[in-house]
Amino acid sequence: MEDITKKRYTDEKPRLRRFHQARWDEPIIFELSNEGERGILIPEVEDGVNDKVGDVVSTIPESMLRKRPPKLPELSQSRVLRHYVRLSQETLGTDLNIDVGQGTCTMKYSPKINEQLARMPQIAEIHPLQDEETVQGILEILYKFEQILKEISGMDRFSLQPGGGSQAIYTNASIMRAYHEARGEADQRDEIITTVFSHPSNAACAKTAGFKIATLYPDEDGYPDLEALKAAVSERTAGLMITNPEDTGIFNPKIKEFTEVVHNAGGLNSYDQANANGILGITRAREAGFDLCHFNLHKTFSAPHGCGGPAVGAIGVTKELAKFLPAPAIEFDDGEYYLNYNRPESIGKVRSFYGVVPVVVKAYAWVMNLGAEGLKEVAEVAVLNNNYLLNKLLEIPGLGAPFAKGKRRIEQVRYSWKKLKEDTGVHSEEIGRRTADFGVHYWTSHHPWIVPQPCTLEPTESYSKADLDEYIEILRHVSSEAYTNPKLVKTAPHNSTIHKIDHAPLDDPSQWAMTWRTYRKKVCRTSAHDNVSARLQRLER
Amino acid sequence: MTKEKPTVYPYIPNSVSAAKNQMLKEIGANGVEDFFEDIPEKLRLKRNMNLPRPLLSEYSLRRYMEGVLSRNKTCHEYLNFLGAGCWQHYVPAVCDEVNQRGEFLTAYAGEPYDDHGRFQALFEYASMMGELLDMDVVNVPTYDWLQAAATSIRMASRITGRREVLVSRTISADKLSKIRDYCKPKIGIKLLDYDPETGQLDLNSLKAEISSKTAAVYFENPCYLGVIEAHGDAISEIAHNHGAISIVGVDPISLGILAPPVEYGADIVCGDIQPLGMHMQFGGGHAGFIATRDEEKYVMEYPSRLFGIAPTSVEGEYGFGDVAYKRTSFALREEGKEFVGTATALWGITAGVYLALMGPQGMREIGEGIMQRSCYAMLQMSEIKGIKSPVFKSTHFKEFVVNFDGTGKTVAEISESLLRHKIFGGKDLTKEFPELRNSGLFCVTEVHTKNDIDGLVDALKEAVE
Repeated sequence: MEDITKKRYTDEKPRLRRFHQARWDEPIIFELSNEGERGILIPEVEDGVNDKVGDVVSTIPESMLRKRPPKLPELSQSRVLRHYVRLSQETLGTDLNIDVGQGTCTMKYSPKINEQLARMPQIAEIHPLQDEETVQGILEILYKFEQILKEISGMDRFSLQPGGGSQAIYTNASIMRAYHEARGEADQRDEIITTVFSHPSNAACAKTAGFKIATLYPDEDGYPDLEALKAAVSERTAGLMITNPEDTGIFNPKIKEFTEVVHNAGGLNSYDQANANGILGITRAREAGFDLCHFNLHKTFSAPHGCGGPAVGAIGVTKELAKFLPAPAIEFDDGEYYLNYNRPESIGKVRSFYGVVPVVVKAYAWVMNLGAEGLKEVAEVAVLNNNYLLNKLLEIPGLGAPFAKGKRRIEQVRYSWKKLKEDTGVHSEEIGRRTADFGVHYWTSHHPWIVPQPCTLEPTESYSKADLDEYIEILRHVSSEAYTNPKLVKTAPHNSTIHKIDHAPLDDPSQWAMTWRTYRKKVCRTSAHDNVSARLQRLER
Repeated sequence: MTKEKPTVYPYIPNSVSAAKNQMLKEIGANGVEDFFEDIPEKLRLKRNMNLPRPLLSEYSLRRYMEGVLSRNKTCHEYLNFLGAGCWQHYVPAVCDEVNQRGEFLTAYAGEPYDDHGRFQALFEYASMMGELLDMDVVNVPTYDWLQAAATSIRMASRITGRREVLVSRTISADKLSKIRDYCKPKIGIKLLDYDPETGQLDLNSLKAEISSKTAAVYFENPCYLGVIEAHGDAISEIAHNHGAISIVGVDPISLGILAPPVEYGADIVCGDIQPLGMHMQFGGGHAGFIATRDEEKYVMEYPSRLFGIAPTSVEGEYGFGDVAYKRTSFALREEGKEFVGTATALWGITAGVYLALMGPQGMREIGEGIMQRSCYAMLQMSEIKGIKSPVFKSTHFKEFVVNFDGTGKTVAEISESLLRHKIFGGKDLTKEFPELRNSGLFCVTEVHTKNDIDGLVDALKEAVE
């Protein structure tokens, strides 16, 4: 027999995986509906109840009674399950892929033990308004996790309430507004300064909280520009909201000077630490002069991303600002944990109850497993992995890493395919579609594209050298295809669930359809009706 | 990293020294310190963080965590009649099966070429919610009902160009607090009274407050106090006559039997999908929806992502993508509509699974069953001396206010007594609604049997004696 191992991917040198994404060609769930089928039965009302209450539906005011049943699909249970398991297979979670391609998002391993713990009935089946003595376990976790975040950041108090990074940034902006209001300067201080390489939510959330936005651009080397900041601050400055390291992976070495300039102008400094993966145990918000910060527990702290939440953006502040935090605070006194609603100057409620508690449980378990040395190991290996990737990727034709030439980066890098585009006409987005053919994610960048033809890679600590080498080989291969057979890249994907999408209808009000009923109304009545019929016929065959 | 025998961490493949050293060598770095060269010395943390000792083995971590969590008493061990914004419903096994699939659980922001299934599942969620609500546009879910209500109001303000909103007083204090904070920079909030007899919106209060400045009227059905609003059409009509938008907050699990708000004139509908397949999770299971008609002026004001269906280069193949992406803050930073970010997509997928399992018949039966059980509870409680149940003369759904003035006991005292019977009684309303004096908000759903309710009634009898 031939030695198959010689021709395997695992033959020491990474080769390209012969990947094909799951392709079930799954109908829309409404197309699977079969009248009368049931997915689940509802517990029957006992006779004693029925006898007592009679026909309750007749007590509903006529105008409030539903006349026609909702046109929900009707499917038996196994058919619902099969449909969704197929859709899940057509989704490439971090559990499946070498997820270094979603830079800034810290796609790391989400330990299964933490998921199991967070799904225990002792979390899943507790009501937020239960008597405190019956929820001491979860209050202990919320309290202790706050102490952990205080140590990691150097801040004095935390709230775990915001339901994601953007809501955390919004909350911090709202706290800054409350601070200036309390000082009678809210009308005057109406401007927030950010940088263009900070996450767009810093600008968007501050605007939503009522501020005007001033955006700083980097200096020629890609570093945040201190002189530009000095020119931007004034008596109108409410504060600074920035990321560091920025989306480029460049750490702002003058960060302390930045925060001092803003303090001297009477503003506050808010640190977007959504992704703090490269600096855990290395450097902290407090020493850099920040008044507020936030961590995404679904990023740095390993909770899974859930297709885009549920999530937590934990916010930390100095003790001067603690009174503005959302209520309740979790306190510990005389052996008991309790909820303290006494925060009269609080900005108010941000998210229902105490935030997304199961995500906190996962983050807490993650820290309890790793400890201080483990967290520092996370940072050091994430940064090692990133610089290894950087070093290797720069050898690929057409790919560059603008700014800070010859310098190291922290946890991620924003690369550029500018040269490849000039040489071959192949865009970064097309590269991304082609990498999907090899079973990995790839992402360009937030807008606007300051770096031309960008891609942002962040390897975290979760990947081995072999994993990184595989990702590198994929990009090397796609680059080589762009030079030798650009059409192959431009028409990608070829091995995905679906093929290239025509995006035009998604921006056309006469065609866009966010629900199946709208699609049926707008499109199926006209030409595409034939397509659907043809499709149904094909399914029948 | 210079320790004699460094720990190898199972979550960190390159914690193996040999791998590290090889990579450092290939990069030409002396050590990881090289990578932090941009971080000034004075900002470096020169000590170990002071954190709890690690529980390195998975077993010891599990033992510890289970020990802490065992101090929680669940609503399986206790009988729960708390609602007030988080509701105990039965979660079908298939809902949990789907949302713990690693593919969905650990995916994030991939393109449709990686994550076709995620796009389709969320499109289908929106489509099924669209049927339940009888509306054409539903967002990828936001954080919760609080956020959905606050954003609906800001959308209405942008659509009308007006800066005042009228809000029914019968909403939760938490939601009102959220709305006030979120609307503060742009919109003034005025509260509308309710009829003390029925608990429904006082139409005279609405007529007195509404003006050409009013962007929207926001009310709920059923309201926070469980009352079904009978005059939804009149409220919407008054709003429309003044050029204002009618926003209705709704509990989606009621919509198998209650009319979708669009039938009584709602322009924007919002609410929480936690009842549709999410465990309570100490308040961690919430996700908010916003729905409107398919009109460009409404669609373009959504901050959330909206997933739409699109053709691909292969005939008969469904594709999905972002609709009108350029309105979002992802595309336009501060020029986008409010902001968008990670919220609650997995709960959206789960609610889709729930609706697919339930179908039209299931939604009707569950709605009716909840009404029957809560009606039974109201009647049985009303027979207890000194208890008024329900306080309001209206039809209720799922929740109702019970007054204890005649018992000479406070709600807190009664709750304490119930707790001894392993029962979580209703939420104490004395702070939120002082005018209702000594009242609690009780919640009864399909999870409660006749025995459960009878047990509550018996325990209440004992408590008031």
